[in-house]
Amino acid sequence: MNEIGLTHILVISTLLFFIGVYGFLTRRNMIIMLMAIELILNSVNINFVAFNKYIYSGKLDGLFFTLFITAIAAAEAAVAIAIIINLYRNYKSIDINDADSMKY
Amino acid sequence: MSTDFFILMKSELSLVLIIFLLLFIKVWDGIKSNTTLLHLTNVLLLLHFLFGFFINSQGELFNGMFYTNDATALEKNILNFGTLIISLQSFDWLKTHKHLLEFYILLLSALLGMFYMLSSGNFLLFYLGLELASIPLAALVNFDLEKRKSAEAAMKMILSSAFASGIMLFGISILYGTTGSLSFSELPKLITGETLQLFSLIFIFSGFAFKLSAAPFHFWTADVYEGAPVSVTSFLSVISKAAIVFVFISVLSPLFIVAQSVWYMILLLTIVLTISVGNLFAIRQNNIKRFLAFSSIAQVGYILLGLSSGNTAGSTASVYFLIVYIFSNLGAFGVISLVASQTEKENIEDYKGFYQTNPMLSWIIAISLFSLAGIPPTAGFFGKMFLVTAGAGKGNYLLIGFAALNMVISLYYYLKVVKTIFIDKNENPLPEIKGSLSLKLGLLLCVAGIILTGFISMLYQYINTIFTF
Repeated sequence: MNEIGLTHILVISTLLFFIGVYGFLTRRNMIIMLMAIELILNSVNINFVAFNKYIYSGKLDGLFFTLFITAIAAAEAAVAIAIIINLYRNYKSIDINDADSMKY
Repeated sequence: MSTDFFILMKSELSLVLIIFLLLFIKVWDGIKSNTTLLHLTNVLLLLHFLFGFFINSQGELFNGMFYTNDATALEKNILNFGTLIISLQSFDWLKTHKHLLEFYILLLSALLGMFYMLSSGNFLLFYLGLELASIPLAALVNFDLEKRKSAEAAMKMILSSAFASGIMLFGISILYGTTGSLSFSELPKLITGETLQLFSLIFIFSGFAFKLSAAPFHFWTADVYEGAPVSVTSFLSVISKAAIVFVFISVLSPLFIVAQSVWYMILLLTIVLTISVGNLFAIRQNNIKRFLAFSSIAQVGYILLGLSSGNTAGSTASVYFLIVYIFSNLGAFGVISLVASQTEKENIEDYKGFYQTNPMLSWIIAISLFSLAGIPPTAGFFGKMFLVTAGAGKGNYLLIGFAALNMVISLYYYLKVVKTIFIDKNENPLPEIKGSLSLKLGLLLCVAGIILTGFISMLYQYINTIFTF
C-alpha cells in the first residue's frame, strides 16, 4: 500500500461526486450550483482516466470520453451563464430562492 | 466507403444542410419578409421529411459508432413529421418575431442531436447527441428574452439537465470500469449482473428518467413547460420525449437483460409513482400548459408500462402510442399556441365559453383531449389498449388494475377542461380567432392523424415487423 493505487483515486473521485451533488442540492447561488455540476463532471473524468490507466491500459475509449466531457462542459457552462445573466436582468438577483414565480 | 457515408447518414446530412442554409440566409440578410422565410423553411422541412422515405439502407459507420436500420429510419421519420407539424403551427407566433431564424437553427440543432442519439452505437456518440439535443433546447426555452417566466424556466431546465447528465455520466464511467467497453453491441455480453454494474445501470436509468420526466425526477417539467413559449413546449413534450423513448427501447432495455427482476422492480416503482403523480397533480392545475405537462408525465407512465414487458409487443405498442401521442398533444398545443399568440391568455378559466366564439378550434382541442384520455373512436384508445395489453404479458394484474383505475381518474380532468370549453357560460368569452392557412394545415394533419391512425392496422403491423428481429 505504499504506492497510490486505483482504490485511492476512486475514493477521491467518489468523494468529489458526492460533494458536487451535496453542493448542487444545498447552495442557493446559481453560479455555485454550476460549479457543483463541474465537480460532478470532473469526478467522472477522473474515473475514466483512472480506469484507463490501471485496468484497460491498451484502450483509449476512456481518454477520448474525457476530452469530449471537458469540451461539452464548457459549452454547457457558456449557455447556462448566458441564461443566468438574462435571468439577472429580469430578477436583479442570482439567488435561486428569488426565482419562484412558478410553483406546484 | 464514401458513398456509404452519404447514404447512411443522409437524414443527418440533409438536416445539417438546412441548418447551414438558414444560417447563410441569416448572415446574408437578403430576405426581409418573415412570411417568405417561414414558407421557405416549411418547404425545406417537408422536402427533408419526404427525403426520409427514399434510399434507406442498413449498415454501420466508424467501427460501429453509428448505425442505421429500418427502426432508426422509421423513428427519424416520426420525429421529422412532428417537427414539421410544430413548424406549421408556430406560423402565427413567428410571423412577427424578429429572431425567427435563430428559432429554427436551434430547433433543428436539437433535432440533429436526437438523430445522432438514435443512431448511436456507442455511449460516447450517445452522450454527444444527448447534449446536442438538450443545450439548444435550454436556449429555446429562454426564447422570450424579456419574459420573467421564460428566463426562470430556462435556468431550471439547464441546471437540472446538466445535473442529470452528470449523474448519467458517473454511471457510464463505472460501467466502463467494470466492463471495459462503451459499445452497445458488446456491453450486453459483458454485463454479468454484479453489484457495481447494477449500481451504475441505476445511475444511467436515473439520467434517462430525468430526461423522460418520469417521477421522482419530474420536478423540472411543469415549470419549464409553463415558462417556455408554446411552440417550444410542444417540441419538448412530444419530440424530445419520443426521442428518449426510442433510445430507451434500443439502448437501455438490452443492458438490463441479465438482471430482469431488478429491472422490472425499478420500472414498477417508476410506473406507479409516475402515473399517480401525473394524474393527481393534473387535477389541480389552472394554467393549461402546466395541466398538459402533468398529463404528459402520466402518459410517460403508460409508455413505461408497455416497455416493462420487455418484448416485441411492448416496443411496438410504445412506438405506435408515441405516433398517436404526437398527433393528440400537438392538436391541443396547436390551438393553445394560436390562442396564446393572439390573446396572451393561458389559464383554463379563460377558455370558458370558448365554444360560443370558436366552434372549430373547440372541437379540435376536444378531440385531442379525448384521444389523450383514450376514448374509443380516437386513436388514443387503441394506443393505450396495446400498451396495457403488452404490460399485462408479465402477469402482474395488480399493476394493470392500477393503471386502468388511473385512466378513469385522468378522464375526470380531461373532461373538466372539455366542460369548461363547451358548457360553461361566459359573458365575454375569448374573441373569435383567425389562424393562418399554415396553422390550419397543421391542425388538420393532427385531427386526421388522431382519427385515421386508429383504423389503419397496416401501421401497427409495419412497426411490429420492424421490431421483430
